[in-house]
Amino acid sequence: MVTGPFLILAALILVGAVAAVRMRNLVHCVLAVAVVFVGLAAAYLQLGAQFVGWAQMLIYVGAVAILLVFAVLLTRGGEVPERALFSPGWHWGVTIGAAVFALLAWAIRQSPAAHPPPAAPVQVTVEQIGTALMTHDVLALEVTGLLLTAALIGAVIIAMNDGGPQ
Amino acid sequence: MTPLAGYLLLAAVLFCIGLAAALTRRNAIVVLIGIELMLNAANLNFIAFWQFGAHPAPVTGIMFALFAIGIAAAEAAVGLALVIAVYRHYRTTNMDEINELQG
Repeated sequence: MVTGPFLILAALILVGAVAAVRMRNLVHCVLAVAVVFVGLAAAYLQLGAQFVGWAQMLIYVGAVAILLVFAVLLTRGGEVPERALFSPGWHWGVTIGAAVFALLAWAIRQSPAAHPPPAAPVQVTVEQIGTALMTHDVLALEVTGLLLTAALIGAVIIAMNDGGPQ
Repeated sequence: MTPLAGYLLLAAVLFCIGLAAALTRRNAIVVLIGIELMLNAANLNFIAFWQFGAHPAPVTGIMFALFAIGIAAAEAAVGLALVIAVYRHYRTTNMDEINELQG
């Protein structure tokens, strides 16, 4: 059954997401998306994935939200735009979004995979995660490290001032 | 409605809000926010299926979500660097004013 805490979290996440999309001031958008990230971290904790929940808190609320704030400030996005917020063909985007949601909702309703019989909750300790990261998934860990390094260097090179006249 | 279906529906709504934002907003930073919302919705699905679905190896679902979070962080860094580079060049972050490649 759907419980009260889940409904509260779902309301928090969805209100935050709609606010992040609809707000006029970009700084408010970023604050709203930070609320969504916190709500998702709480949802992970509620689902019993403590490590993922705190990783979400550190990476998204701690890093990605701050990165978004920096991008907003560096591009002078804090000024409220006087022109329209949405593209001229916005109703197509909304239609596509609604159609995708209708398809997903239909699939969730129909699929037997979305309605499993109740099972005992799984628990995974941090020790198990660490052991798996160092043994079974060590190659994926190394590749992710390489990818993050490449992304970091690439981001610095892309955003670097080329020294031209401003 | 089972708890899994509830979480899947929540993730579906979140995904569609992100999709609509990425398709309709004019500002590039909000488009990136929409992409982040979509990635987060996929992650919520991973964790929900890990908790409620069949799990022969319990750690695998967690690993999938962790690597997805790491890659999404790299994507955000590169995307925002691109936004800043585009802003330097065009003095705007509105997607419909960056139309030099338009035929």
